[in-house]
Amino acid sequence: MSAGPPPTNRPNGLRWNAWNLLLLVPLLMLVTPLFNRDEPRLFGVPFFYWFQFLFVPLGVICVGLVYLKTRAEPVRTDKPDRLALDDLDAGEQDGGPGR
Amino acid sequence: MTNLQWTEIVVFSLLFLLVTVMGFAAARWKAGATLDHLDEWGLGGRKFGSWITWFLVGGDLYTAYTFVAVPALMFGAGAMGFFALPYTVILYPIVFLPLLRMWSVSRVHGYVTPADYVRGRYGSSALAFLVAITGIVATMPYIALQLVGLEAVLRTMGFNGSGLLGHAPLFLAFVILALYTYQSGLRAPALIAFVKDTLIYIVILAAVFYLPAKLGGWGAIFDGARAKFDATPSPADGMLLGEHNQLQYATLALGSALALFLYPHALTGILASKGRNVIKRNMVALPAYSLLLGMLALLGYMAISTGVKPIVNQATGRPDSNTTVTVLFEQQFPDWFTGFAFAAIGIGALVPAAIMSIAAANLWTRNIYKEYLRKDATPAQEAKQAKLASLVVKFGAVAFIVFVDPQFSIDLQLIGGVMILQTLPAVAISLYTRWFHLWGLIAGWVAGMAWGFVMLYEIPNPAAGKEHFGGSAIKLEQLSLLGWTPFEGVRTQIYVGFVALLANLVVAVLVTLVLRRTGTANGLDRTSPSDYHADEGDARLKPVGVH
Repeated sequence: MSAGPPPTNRPNGLRWNAWNLLLLVPLLMLVTPLFNRDEPRLFGVPFFYWFQFLFVPLGVICVGLVYLKTRAEPVRTDKPDRLALDDLDAGEQDGGPGR
Repeated sequence: MTNLQWTEIVVFSLLFLLVTVMGFAAARWKAGATLDHLDEWGLGGRKFGSWITWFLVGGDLYTAYTFVAVPALMFGAGAMGFFALPYTVILYPIVFLPLLRMWSVSRVHGYVTPADYVRGRYGSSALAFLVAITGIVATMPYIALQLVGLEAVLRTMGFNGSGLLGHAPLFLAFVILALYTYQSGLRAPALIAFVKDTLIYIVILAAVFYLPAKLGGWGAIFDGARAKFDATPSPADGMLLGEHNQLQYATLALGSALALFLYPHALTGILASKGRNVIKRNMVALPAYSLLLGMLALLGYMAISTGVKPIVNQATGRPDSNTTVTVLFEQQFPDWFTGFAFAAIGIGALVPAAIMSIAAANLWTRNIYKEYLRKDATPAQEAKQAKLASLVVKFGAVAFIVFVDPQFSIDLQLIGGVMILQTLPAVAISLYTRWFHLWGLIAGWVAGMAWGFVMLYEIPNPAAGKEHFGGSAIKLEQLSLLGWTPFEGVRTQIYVGFVALLANLVVAVLVTLVLRRTGTANGLDRTSPSDYHADEGDARLKPVGVH
């Protein structure tokens, strides 16, 4: 366990793009009161089920858009990528070159 | 061994023979310079393109056990079992960005396992050891569960004996699997996955269009399910979620999604891909399997309408609920198609079992054997060790199913899911920040692991006659912190893994704050920020398979 160089003096290497926010949209699926009901049915399938099935194409569209829109973007390294798992990124956002 | 279903057995055996030939031939498929290197044996040469990766990862994540357990859960509990759909839909948006960083940093440094990465990121063999052990322990019961899926098929075809003879077909299937995995490494499941997934798609699509027409339409199927659940006194089942299990539904879906790519076998498929674009395209295309899984879940309700009675396991004397969907197929389909469907599930067990055993073998070799037992092992010796380890892992899983009650594997898998989630801060959050202190991560892991285990231990399941490990949900009122119960009287249920992860994070943050104040050294980071964005064609990538 030797001491490394202090990480605060490095660029953080995080890249931010506003399109990434689209990745949060499918999380709406976790809000169960939105869809926990029987009616209206579609082809006999209760709302609870068909509504959640709709999120499959929705998720594909969101992720697909992020893929297409971030392919050839000029890179900015001065903002943290807030879409880390659960917004848990509390990282070194200060100091370092590239800002 | 009465009532052998010969038509089914013949169709099943022919398809099984086909994948066996493919498994052995896979050694020469897209061959590299040598198979005596983990990059080649364990990661297929790190050159799989979009299609191969789609079949491989799809075949890996959507396992045979999933295919039998999810409909069985719907059959027994109703709406709660449908958590599998939100789980596999939110999965891809959540992991999209972190997986790209993981691929890049692993490709630059030649990491084969998540523990390799942690070793490089924190320079700590202790933390890497914890990640490796967690991965191995969580994966082992998962492999055993694939056997449960395979056995559900064999039992329905008539191989329902007790004792060693009853397990002979299972044993034979696994010996064959072990041999070609030993020889071909990751290429074998990659090639077989094409067959497995094609069969599965055909079977499920046939089932969801053919069966409702036969059973009087979707409306009748759902009404039948509703009638069944309304007739039971239990508040936990129902065609919709109840008052107390909505939080459980959401946290189970979220917790499972966060956990999935922490499993070493899931990451193996990602690290084997050629570049970042392959991963991105797959994150868009993999939800096709989620659609399939959602439809498959509904087969549980069809089993209710047709009055399916799960087969009694003669080895344990209890009804095996995992045979719900296989019995449904047998009742409703002609024999030849049933054999086809059973082959889909059976081969569906082989692909993930192979990848999981390879992933566990990689962890053993890289993070325990090379780290502690033989520090100067050459790449060729590593590959040899991993091949042997994959055999040990698979036969361990078979022994587990044959000699121990399969229920024990199911319990262990439940615990494994909670355990693997505890590596999230060290493996996933660290991809973004090194703010957490090494010892904070270790302390958090210990806290999350211990509390998660205690909570699971204390969950009874009266319906199954169990006092401990009866499920993965706990009532908020039961949460107690050294006797302090913050949610007294709240009967809402929550997923244990999620609570344990929160405890893990709180401890990790507190310990980190203290250690940062005292200026304790935080390990050596061998990665650099630009490593996390490297892509195919980059000059800094580590050459594949060099000694």
